[in-house]
Amino acid sequence: MKIAIPVDENNMDTRVSVSYGRAPYFLIYDIESEKASFVENRAAVSRGGAGIIAAQLIADSKVQALLTPRLGQNAADVLSAADIKVYKARPTLAKDNIKAFIDGELSQLEEVHPGFHGGR
Amino acid sequence: MKLSVLSGKGGTGKTLITVNLASVAEDSVYIDCDVEEPNAYLFFEPKSFKEDIVAVKSPRVDINLCSACKKCLEFCNFNALAYIKDKLLVFQELCHSCGACSILCPDKAITETDRPIGRVMVCQTSPKAPVSLYTGFLDPGEASGVPIINRLFDEAKNEADKDIFIDCPPGSSCLVMDSIKEADYCILVAEPTIFGVHNLAMVYDLVRLLKKPHGVVLNKCVEGENPVEAFCQDRGIKVLARIPFDKKLGEISSNAGIAAMEDKKYHEFFLSLLRIVKEELGCERATYPKR
Repeated sequence: MKIAIPVDENNMDTRVSVSYGRAPYFLIYDIESEKASFVENRAAVSRGGAGIIAAQLIADSKVQALLTPRLGQNAADVLSAADIKVYKARPTLAKDNIKAFIDGELSQLEEVHPGFHGGR
Repeated sequence: MKLSVLSGKGGTGKTLITVNLASVAEDSVYIDCDVEEPNAYLFFEPKSFKEDIVAVKSPRVDINLCSACKKCLEFCNFNALAYIKDKLLVFQELCHSCGACSILCPDKAITETDRPIGRVMVCQTSPKAPVSLYTGFLDPGEASGVPIINRLFDEAKNEADKDIFIDCPPGSSCLVMDSIKEADYCILVAEPTIFGVHNLAMVYDLVRLLKKPHGVVLNKCVEGENPVEAFCQDRGIKVLARIPFDKKLGEISSNAGIAAMEDKKYHEFFLSLLRIVKEELGCERATYPKR
């Protein structure tokens, strides 16, 4: 099973990013093979709809779960269409979150914010 | 003459000033651009009107034709599309109706359809004050009223030789930019508080950015220091008029009355404001010959 986490840096000592759509990288982690890769988030610099392209990126990476501290409504719609489950990440290191997820300690993210769409 | 009235926040007196100016001007046109909460029609009590739906172009997907090339996703500047599990998702509220996806699609899987977002009303005459009123209504839940404002200006095109009074939405967003783009002159309305200074600074920056001749009307003035007055003095902004904090004026407006029609003093006041603006416009035209 593969999971995705929004992260600040492209190394295994990175923290989980406070942002989802604007995170600089996504860590893609394969639990079975224990292989990690980092995908640059091209949504980070987009003018709007960042959550949607970030979700597209995650879906294209064929992950089954996303670990994130927060999520907007549009992104939630895309992820739900892709059958990707969303779990609430802790504001700590990415690897701690991977361990917590494997140990079944993370709960599913229930709250979705309506997004920060402005400036139109 | 096209005159826009704007302010950095709601409730400063934009509609009060626009309604009264349009009432004292002869054969005037009123465009209510505050399409999220239009209220000028309450003052003019129009009896006859023509109504029309405003629609925007929206992509419609025939997924059977789609070959999943994702060219539309890559091109969309607003990220309004996603391709998930053999389905193309469209996020209507992010779409700006540019039509690029339907043009780009090599499979002709995307076509454009009309999606209604609100309506415009053109009110022919009003018995209370002889004003032609153009007013728009954005449907609740819709993200942008810009297409409705553009439609209002389109509808009012053949009135260009008249004095046109434009009541703007509050703030300095896209809606306001579209409401002042055709203006020859902008009246900035401000309240006499520190918060009022902050709100005035926002619209002041906007009218300078768009190189619009402008002046300030101070509303709800009371005895004592007025921080907005100081702001205007520091920057050399012309103060066109000062409206006192007058309970009577508030009462007339609360009852959907037009002060200039009910009170001789206010009739004189707004007539004088209109003259000042026209004089300013004369000066400004000399200063900005090419606009």
